[in-house]
Amino acid sequence: MTGSPGVEGESRDILSVEGLSLSFGGLAALADVNLSVREGSITGIIGPNGAGKTSLLNCISGFYRPQRGRVTFDGKDVTRVAPDRRAALGIGRTFQNVALFEGMSVLDNVKLGAHARLRSGILSTMAFTPRARREELELREQVENEVFDFLEIEHLRHRTVGSLAYGLQKRVDLARALAMRPRILLLDEPVAGMNEEETEDMARFILDVQEERGVTIVLIEHDMGVVMDLCDRIAVLSFGERIAAGTPDEVRRDPEVIRAYLGEEAA
Amino acid sequence: MSEGLVHLLQLLVSGVVTGGIYALVAMGFVVVYKATRVINFATGEFMMLGAFFAWTAMGAVQAPFVVALLAAVAASALLGMATERLVLRPLLGQRTISVIMVTIGLAAIFKGLAQIAWSGDYRSYPSIFPRAPIELGPILLPSRQFYPFLIAVAAIALVGLGFRFTRTGVAMRATADDQMAAFGMGIDIRRIFSLSWSLAAMTAAVAGIVVGIIGGISPQLGAIGLRTFPVVILGGLDSIGGALVGGVIIGVLENLAGGYVDPLLDGASLKEVVPFVVLVLTLMVRPYGLFGTREVERL
Repeated sequence: MTGSPGVEGESRDILSVEGLSLSFGGLAALADVNLSVREGSITGIIGPNGAGKTSLLNCISGFYRPQRGRVTFDGKDVTRVAPDRRAALGIGRTFQNVALFEGMSVLDNVKLGAHARLRSGILSTMAFTPRARREELELREQVENEVFDFLEIEHLRHRTVGSLAYGLQKRVDLARALAMRPRILLLDEPVAGMNEEETEDMARFILDVQEERGVTIVLIEHDMGVVMDLCDRIAVLSFGERIAAGTPDEVRRDPEVIRAYLGEEAA
Repeated sequence: MSEGLVHLLQLLVSGVVTGGIYALVAMGFVVVYKATRVINFATGEFMMLGAFFAWTAMGAVQAPFVVALLAAVAASALLGMATERLVLRPLLGQRTISVIMVTIGLAAIFKGLAQIAWSGDYRSYPSIFPRAPIELGPILLPSRQFYPFLIAVAAIALVGLGFRFTRTGVAMRATADDQMAAFGMGIDIRRIFSLSWSLAAMTAAVAGIVVGIIGGISPQLGAIGLRTFPVVILGGLDSIGGALVGGVIIGVLENLAGGYVDPLLDGASLKEVVPFVVLVLTLMVRPYGLFGTREVERL
């Protein structure tokens, strides 16, 4: 055997957050938060309501500018990079309350996900140049294969998003994010509000995305069953601070975590 | 055909023609509102400047009409972009009322600049189209209404199709729908704002030229911008289709009132008032208009 297996099998961090602090007025949403995400892993962020989970996600995708700290993606400091540029770099996301473009078809929504990757500019798309048309066709084909078939929504492509059931809307939200061909996917409560069957489907799709596409996943979720089953590592936030991090087993046994969830006496 | 029926048809047809032009003006409002939630009270002044640009191109360099039209549209595109970048963008995130006041101020400034550049005199384009009126069966349509109407319809179709089928148009609709999500999808929403202002200024320029052909050009041409307000409110501030339907409804109502009621009113004019009656009724009954999005505030 050559080389040490420990080093060979160890993957690197694709995303790291260091000393992140964010406050709105006098209210601290995040205080000195650290998080590192290994390439190819599924990382969960949990915590009671108002713990700062979505704020952390928004700092990673660029919607919020932290007052202090740094977000590094793929070795590059992206703290000051605008959200649309981060999307182009490969940071994709879905939203807590489905934020699809409601009046549009499923196909248009998903194609918009691929927007950041296209190169022909505004004038050429308006003039329908051959290049723009070729890109359009390739895009369509790629979207068909990589997204619609993969997520089993091919029969929905011409439906208007607003007319779909909630669980399917969440799946379209995931489809749109996948069309970006992200390297890391941020999922904000992917199974919230779903029934058991929809939850199982979504969990399976998330695993497929990670295993078959090699996409790194960071997810926020309240459904502990899903979090414990899916995640390789979990970070726990409480009142804007990261109080624990580790494997599901470590986190489950952590007294700090039990206290945060169940209150003082339980610990 | 009885005389009464011909009269009615005549009124309906000129109503549709007026409506088409209203619809084009209304689109200038809608394009900006959809993308940026700003009601641009300077829309009429963008029209007026576009009309003067074309007039200058035809007069000063003897450009053929089509060339002058395209040049005016291009100049207006730049003007729209500059306005967004220099005036509107620094106000991003300010209260709506401040932004509205700024567009009203902008209107006054544009009007003043036009006075300086072109004086307050009435101008008209050199004759562009064949003079013979158009005969549609028993109905006669003056050529200086018919051809501008065709231009308006073509411009509306172009913008509508662009919104529907080009990728940039789809990105604009997406931004209108959900800015956060669009940003997260990699759409550069600052560029979309800039493009929206420039597209609105372009449609306004075409509208200004159309109105200028029909009624002459002066710094006061922009007044029609406010007259179009009922159309925008009736159709729905954020609906292109609404602008079209609203334009035709108001145009027809106005002409019917002018044809049947005004002759009975010894000097007064219901025609002038009807659009604003519709405006008030719309705001009372259906404030988001026929096709507008009902705003749901979620806190």
